[in-house]
Amino acid sequence: MIGLAVTLVLVAVALLSLVWTPYPIAVIDVPGKLQPPSAEHWLGTDQFGRDVLSRIMAGAVNSIAVSLVAVGIGAGIGVPLGALAAARRGLVEEVVMRFNDFTFAFPALLSAVMITALFGPGAVNAIVAIGIFNIPVFARLTRGAALSLWQRDFVLAARVAGRGRTRITLDHILPNIASLLIVQMTIQFALAILAEAGLSYLGLGTQPPNPSWGKMLNEAQTLMFLAPQLAVFPGLAIMITVLGLNLLGDGLRDLLDPRLRRLR
Amino acid sequence: MTRSLARGILAGAIACGLLGFGAVQAAAKDSLTLAMPLEPPHLDPTAGAAAAIDEVVYANIFEGLTRIDSSGTVQPALAESWSVSGDGLTYTFALRSGVTFHDGTGLDSGDVKFSLDRAMAEDSTNAQKGLFGAIAEVAAPDAGTVVITLKQPAGNLLFNLGWGDAVIVAPESAGTNKSQPVGTGPFAFERWVKGDRVEMVRNDSYWGRPAKLAKATIKIIPDPAAATAAMLAGDIDAYANFPAPEALAQFEADPRFKVVIGSTEGETILAINNARGPLSDLRVRRALSHAVDRQAVIDGAMFGYGTPIGTHFAPHHPAYVDLTASYAYDPAKAKALLAEAGYAEGLKLSLKLPPPSYARRGGEIIAAQLAAVGVETEISQVEWAQWLEQVFRGTDYDLTIVSHTEPMDIGIYGRETYYFNYQDADFKALMAKLNATVDEGARYGLLADAQKKLSDDAVNVFLFQLAKHGVWNKDVIGLWENSPVQANDLTAVYWQ
Repeated sequence: MIGLAVTLVLVAVALLSLVWTPYPIAVIDVPGKLQPPSAEHWLGTDQFGRDVLSRIMAGAVNSIAVSLVAVGIGAGIGVPLGALAAARRGLVEEVVMRFNDFTFAFPALLSAVMITALFGPGAVNAIVAIGIFNIPVFARLTRGAALSLWQRDFVLAARVAGRGRTRITLDHILPNIASLLIVQMTIQFALAILAEAGLSYLGLGTQPPNPSWGKMLNEAQTLMFLAPQLAVFPGLAIMITVLGLNLLGDGLRDLLDPRLRRLR
Repeated sequence: MTRSLARGILAGAIACGLLGFGAVQAAAKDSLTLAMPLEPPHLDPTAGAAAAIDEVVYANIFEGLTRIDSSGTVQPALAESWSVSGDGLTYTFALRSGVTFHDGTGLDSGDVKFSLDRAMAEDSTNAQKGLFGAIAEVAAPDAGTVVITLKQPAGNLLFNLGWGDAVIVAPESAGTNKSQPVGTGPFAFERWVKGDRVEMVRNDSYWGRPAKLAKATIKIIPDPAAATAAMLAGDIDAYANFPAPEALAQFEADPRFKVVIGSTEGETILAINNARGPLSDLRVRRALSHAVDRQAVIDGAMFGYGTPIGTHFAPHHPAYVDLTASYAYDPAKAKALLAEAGYAEGLKLSLKLPPPSYARRGGEIIAAQLAAVGVETEISQVEWAQWLEQVFRGTDYDLTIVSHTEPMDIGIYGRETYYFNYQDADFKALMAKLNATVDEGARYGLLADAQKKLSDDAVNVFLFQLAKHGVWNKDVIGLWENSPVQANDLTAVYWQ
């Protein structure tokens, strides 16, 4: 419940920032820089005099958009690959799964750094980089869950009835593993937000002047002694968001997993 | 002076007498750890443009015929004295005797001829070949004499010979200087721990006054936050040019440190690719110059440290002309100029930002200021290697921010190929005339013309002169306050 509430608030704030923020996010006011939190600026101002609250709100859009697309890429490619591997077995499975192992073997963030180094920094490349490393996660999960389903009697019955493998996958396999995938998506979503913040912190993600929580942390770094609050607020935003999404994932798992439901 | 000396001796005597081990504390520290932000790609100043090379080796390991001192004046170095012929075409240098390289070989005129010929050669990798452009021939009539013959008079020859790119190397070690530099300086190279530090030890057979430090370590700390922490923890004794101006207030408040704001040769500019579409239009470039509020950039990016400039010239130089008023901050005028050039509805440009905070922070402020007049910028943050590759060599950019830290580098605007893509016959003629002029007054006049020309053509948006933010332990004496050349000359440094 808490997870759902936090996530809804996050989404609401992000949507709100699209139409309204307390102050414009890109307008620089050098004389008004580094103000502590006050009635006018609830979270103070940054090194260029921009309102921190406004930038955190706009940063939420950025985080959500990047993570949504990245998880979309991961699931959109990973799930069909996993389902294909489970349905076909044999050589196809070998190729798909070894390719997954190959991708998995690189630490995700390191590879993301490599991709952005090759193709230049930017939000789009960050999305692609994070997306690619979501593929094996979904492919493995889908294959593992699907394999056990292929042995079940109702699937065997469908095969005896002459249904094709694609048909069976769409009609029987995917609906039965959907809950599992949804839970995984919330977890990957939280991880993608962390990854985006990490890449932006390194200057490889979202480029200025677009706000990003990771970038705000990076900028706050040398100002730690002058204005520590600049590091605290984006840090808190990341922490609360990731915590909220993880709680949501836990909650969804409890809700959707029939075995856990029976235990309750 | 005498009183404080006497008091010091008295205090020392009491300390030694009463405590016995006081002598240990009284012994002056004779090693120094100096930090700088960028690691040199290699250590041969005659084969690379990176300022970091000179900042390690210049005057410490390598020396030239002349050297440039902390005030920017030319001093004799390996050449003890020189004479110039009446027509200004022949320079005769008398070399210092008894000079040896760190590997024990002696210095003679052959080494000088070798070094200069090598730097001027067709296939030379010297980054500043232009320094030697006027030289027709280098001759070594005897071991102690070098005669340089010029094609045309060159007023700045002695200054040019003092650059890090013109240092004297030995033929035996020239090939390995990149990793194992062998020079004639007061410090000998000891080792280079890549990614961390370069260590040097005192050269005991130095020809001049020996260095006071027995050991000097130059540590590479690129991250401003790490530099602040290292400074506060006492891991480093000095940071010649502190990369985070926002941290200076904190050091100023701490009695352990001294903060010295000096001048550098760093003209910080918003460089414009003059060959790119709309930017080849003078009105557009002038609009950009009017759109930028220099003081806001200095306050926002450099926390107030820096002097606004109106052209590519150092404000502390006697020939400087203050042209900052030519393009006063005037967004309305900028808009009008853009409209006149046919960009009333706006313009989209790329802005590539290398790592230093003047670029990264200044870039964001400038982007906001340009947006206010309808120029949309697409910022990409690049590392130095990418910047050199894409911007400097590839000229694949619209706008970039960089600081040109070489001294007296207005000549770069007259080069055949340079990343601004500014090709102007009048300016080139002006530079040719300047190079052929020896009389100081006439030179200053030409330099003033050149400064005005660059401002008139709005070649780049001239932002500010980078200040040198020196932070060091209050007991360290003798570090340079200003940076007339790219150097961290440790020759005269000692602990009080």
